[in-house]
Amino acid sequence: MLRLPEFTLTRPESLDAALALLKEHGDAALPIAGGTDLVPNMKHGLFEPKMVVSLADVPELHGVEETADGGLRIGAMTTLASLAVHESVQRYPVLAQAASLIAGPQLREVGTLGGNVMLDTRCQWYNQTYFWRKALGYCLKKDGTECHVVKGGKKCVAAASNDTAPALMSLGAVLELAGPEGAREVTIDEFYVADGIVNRDVRQGELLVAVRIPAPAAGHRSAYGKLRTRGSIDFPLLGVACSFDLDAAGVIANADLVVTALQARPTRARKAIALLEGADTSGEGFEAVIAAVAAAARKQCHPLPNIPGDHEYRREMVPVYVTRTLRAALDEGGPVHHI
Amino acid sequence: MKPDPARYVHGTDAPWDEFQVVGKPHRKVDGLAKATGEAVYADDIQLPGMLHAKTLRSPHPHARIRSVDTARAEALEGVHAVITGADLPTKYGVIPWTPDENALATDLVRFIGDEVAAVAAVDEDTANRALELIDVDYELLHAYLEPEESLERHDPAIHPDNKKGNISKHVELSFGEVDEALERAEAGELTLIEDDYTFHGTTHAPIEPHCAVARYSPDGLLTLWSSTQITHYVHRTLSAVLGLDPAKIRVVQPCLGGAFGGKSDPFSLEFCVALLAMRTGRPVKMLWTREEVFYAHRGRHPMKMHYKTAADAEGRVHAVDAKILIDGGSYSSFGLVTTYYSGQLLTGPYDFPAYRFDSTRVFTNKPPCGPKRGHGSVQPRFAFEVQLDEVAEAVGVDPIEIRRKNFQGEETETVNGQRITSNGFLECLARVEEASGWRERRGKLERGRGLGVAGSMYISGTNYPVYPNDMPQAGIQLKVDRSGVVTIFTGGNDIGQGSNSMVAYLVAEELGMDVAHVRVVAADTDLCPVDLGAYSSRVTFMVGNAAIDAARKLRAQIVEAVAEAWEVEPARVRLVGGRAIDLSDSERSIPTREAFQIAEVRFDTLGSTGSYNTPTLGGDYRGGTIGASPAYSFTAHVVEAVVDEETGRITVENCWIAHDCGRAINPMLVAGQMEGSAYMGIAEALMEEQEVNRFGLHRGPSLLDYTIPTSFDTPELHALIVESVDPEGPYGAKEAGEGPLHPSIPAISNAVYDAVGVRLRHLPFTPGRVLKELRAARESRAGESP
Ligand SMILES: Cc1cc2nc3c(=O)[nH]c(=O)nc-3n(C[C@H](O)[C@H](O)[C@H](O)COP(=O)(O)OP(=O)(O)OC[C@H]3O[C@@H](n4cnc5c(N)ncnc54)[C@H](O)[C@@H]3O)c2cc1C
Ligand code: SF4
Repeated sequence: MLRLPEFTLTRPESLDAALALLKEHGDAALPIAGGTDLVPNMKHGLFEPKMVVSLADVPELHGVEETADGGLRIGAMTTLASLAVHESVQRYPVLAQAASLIAGPQLREVGTLGGNVMLDTRCQWYNQTYFWRKALGYCLKKDGTECHVVKGGKKCVAAASNDTAPALMSLGAVLELAGPEGAREVTIDEFYVADGIVNRDVRQGELLVAVRIPAPAAGHRSAYGKLRTRGSIDFPLLGVACSFDLDAAGVIANADLVVTALQARPTRARKAIALLEGADTSGEGFEAVIAAVAAAARKQCHPLPNIPGDHEYRREMVPVYVTRTLRAALDEGGPVHHI
Repeated sequence: MKPDPARYVHGTDAPWDEFQVVGKPHRKVDGLAKATGEAVYADDIQLPGMLHAKTLRSPHPHARIRSVDTARAEALEGVHAVITGADLPTKYGVIPWTPDENALATDLVRFIGDEVAAVAAVDEDTANRALELIDVDYELLHAYLEPEESLERHDPAIHPDNKKGNISKHVELSFGEVDEALERAEAGELTLIEDDYTFHGTTHAPIEPHCAVARYSPDGLLTLWSSTQITHYVHRTLSAVLGLDPAKIRVVQPCLGGAFGGKSDPFSLEFCVALLAMRTGRPVKMLWTREEVFYAHRGRHPMKMHYKTAADAEGRVHAVDAKILIDGGSYSSFGLVTTYYSGQLLTGPYDFPAYRFDSTRVFTNKPPCGPKRGHGSVQPRFAFEVQLDEVAEAVGVDPIEIRRKNFQGEETETVNGQRITSNGFLECLARVEEASGWRERRGKLERGRGLGVAGSMYISGTNYPVYPNDMPQAGIQLKVDRSGVVTIFTGGNDIGQGSNSMVAYLVAEELGMDVAHVRVVAADTDLCPVDLGAYSSRVTFMVGNAAIDAARKLRAQIVEAVAEAWEVEPARVRLVGGRAIDLSDSERSIPTREAFQIAEVRFDTLGSTGSYNTPTLGGDYRGGTIGASPAYSFTAHVVEAVVDEETGRITVENCWIAHDCGRAINPMLVAGQMEGSAYMGIAEALMEEQEVNRFGLHRGPSLLDYTIPTSFDTPELHALIVESVDPEGPYGAKEAGEGPLHPSIPAISNAVYDAVGVRLRHLPFTPGRVLKELRAARESRAGESP
């Protein structure tokens, strides 16, 4: 078995205590939620914290509640399994569906929403053992100087691979963070940045406390589509979150379409969204709109050979998954997935 | 001189009118222990004072070692010993004609992951730290990553001692008038189908990683516990490499968590823990990581195959001509046999009047290939069964019908001189035809859904014993206890396939006992008679026959003693249901235990031995015995597949597996083997790929990146057991563990053709590849129509 590096585990019992520990140990400390991402990454020598701060017993990070304005506030420590089936979450099909397709059943029982939002980016040249990376000569993201995906590239383009990220982006979620300088809020859109080394605007010693989602409109429709090798357990090769509001006449408003597992940051398919906005789903012309939306998304989305597998194929799947996910949202179906 | 082979044939009938145990679904003898976690695997072994060892591996695909300096590692606190290639200079190889491996590299490293040095330390972390302190100076050499390049050049050579450059083995054999048939095809008298087919590399991915523990006792006795599937060869090879008297070595295989061929070679860790235990005087354990298992590999050889089949207007095959390039990776392993098997095992279940193959195995700087379930024959079977469907289409014959038409028959000989005894292939075809609704459905399903068929045959062991000798290939010893327990001592390796259970059923059957009163001690070279190990699907056939041999001798003694005690004719005494009964007097019956005691009084301490050896088999030409088996199994599959034409994804919804296993000693285990085989084949076709990238690095040596299907991803598998009852098998049994893998792969390709009209000739059938094929087909259709 691969060995974990040596570390001390602490289990603070309040948010303040957790923040104090992180502040005290600085770079040497990392928070751990379910550990389903951090533990394999530590075994691969990608992170070597001397102090691991468990968030399991921090009460402020637990719980799901409806907010006064009809929205939802989800504690960072909410497990993916409970998120997928939580009654209030069903009002946001895209999120419930995305959560239900993350990893496999056992991992969803321990993996958390917070850990998912904070997930490290992934790359075939990076998510490997220490021996392997050393034989390679490492890469820009960790210990090395070269990128093996983009020749001569100066920027890491490892793929955002967290399924809840595009779902939350399409729902306009806000993140509640707490750090040594106090609490702050940031929209999830601003939070993700196009840098594969760390694709999150997170500050030293900061914790994600909760994720807030605004109230859904009466005609809210959404769905998630996910391409992966095994329908049972794998990371996304492509993730498509689609959300919009449908009025009584069947006209689309507030459309959003976010595609992930392409590059470091989930991609908002702007041209495609513009085509969707105001489209009449009841009219005959809607088929043509879907085709145009799919084509526009394809044009904008460029999967790179960062994660394993055939990136040309991933690109080909963009219009297919956009089309299917859009239809699923409209039909109040989904998720789009092969099991 | 081999003794008379008839000695090893025991007939196919139940010992007492009706089978008591055989043919019924019994629990495995170790089933509960495994399910409850009680079973002891190699890594469960903890010995007092035990050290932990780790291996330093090459980070280069091809390099010369200029020097290795272990001083800094040795100086690290907690390190007990460091060894390098210089400590284990003797070369070995599982095939004695091709010894080209060292436990640790002596001069060259030949792939990323090749073993260079080993450390024993107080714990794994210390050993790992010590590895970082070993300084190796490498001179980098050109790395061969494509087999074609290895054909073309050999400077620098991967094995400089090899006289054939980078060619590991070349076999060319021709039977019958191949050229004549091809000329007739050229002249238009026969239909000729000619195409290229590719089989990619795949590996075994057993759930248990390799593990070995060694202890060297003060009296100079070396004990090795290892997760091996061939204890006997490990024993022999340890003796040769360590220069130890084999009488001073004991090799034990503990409970094993899957092997599939991947634990057949002697492996570096076995020699390393042995030597480290000798050096340190402490027990030493080495457990490989999952990554290391991928480097050890010995999995399916990638093959590039070119096939020609000439057939007449009825679809009767006249000749088959094959040219195969085999990518062997960095070492020989079983490669000599693989190269033969790639041609020799194709000559059934169909009659080939003429057949030729030309197979070349080359070395490349990649993890070494070896035997994986269906060794050497899964790849050519894929190519041929797809080609046979193309022939069927060309001549307008139904794919099942063409397979019937070419059936070779029972009790016959193949064109390459292999003796065929029982052959239930026609029944296999009939069963899958019926179960899948073939006649009503094939060619008539909605677009995107299709049915495909394929057939195959496989060996039940071979008469080629790896190292030539005339001693029995399998041996059994029975020990009888006054408590009523019989203990079986078998050299057979139970690797999860259930061979320990199988011998228990056979002995219980012969002695009319409850299986619960039969114990099995297996795969311990100190305690058990030699068996050649779990490979080539030999165990049920050979060890089974040896078990019947031993039990029958014992039965004769017990019956005789009881008859004497009862003063009746021996024919009146029957052992059944845990008792000895008098057939003519229903009042008279005693428990088996008493019968044993009576026999012990009469004959002294009871016990018996049994053995098995193959009859003389095989064609009279060089290599003619390789692949010559005392009995062949036969299989037919029908696969129902659905193709999503937008995504290229193939979903196998159903796989009907009809397999002729001779006689199903335990139908539940046979069905398990059939399902497991088909599962593995389908996985290889759709998901798995052992590949190195442009740097020579394994693309993803983990179970996340090397995707094997979980239970969610597994189709409905329907096992249909066919029992042809072989004249020489134990009660008529043949193999069931490897044959049923073969047809699943071509059957998927053939089903895809039925579904969407494209022929998949190149594995793996990834969605991307399927899409490309679909697009090419669309474009060629568009090009055709004006
Ligand atoms: C086989 C396998 C398959 C997987 N498949 C998928 C998949 O399909 N889709 C997918 O999205 N993910 C997948 N994952 C990754 C992972 O399981 C999930 O992303 C999960 O949600 C991570 O949550 P966790 O609680 O386990 O995070 P952890 O591993 O505990 O933490 C992940 C990271 O987030 C940080 N962190 C955690 N909580 C907080 C917090 N409250 N504040 C600040 N930082 C925090 C940690 O320091 C760490 O850096 C897979 C993992 C495995 C092993
Ligand atoms: S994209 Fe991949 S190879 Fe390039 S720097 Fe990032 S992790 Fe490394």
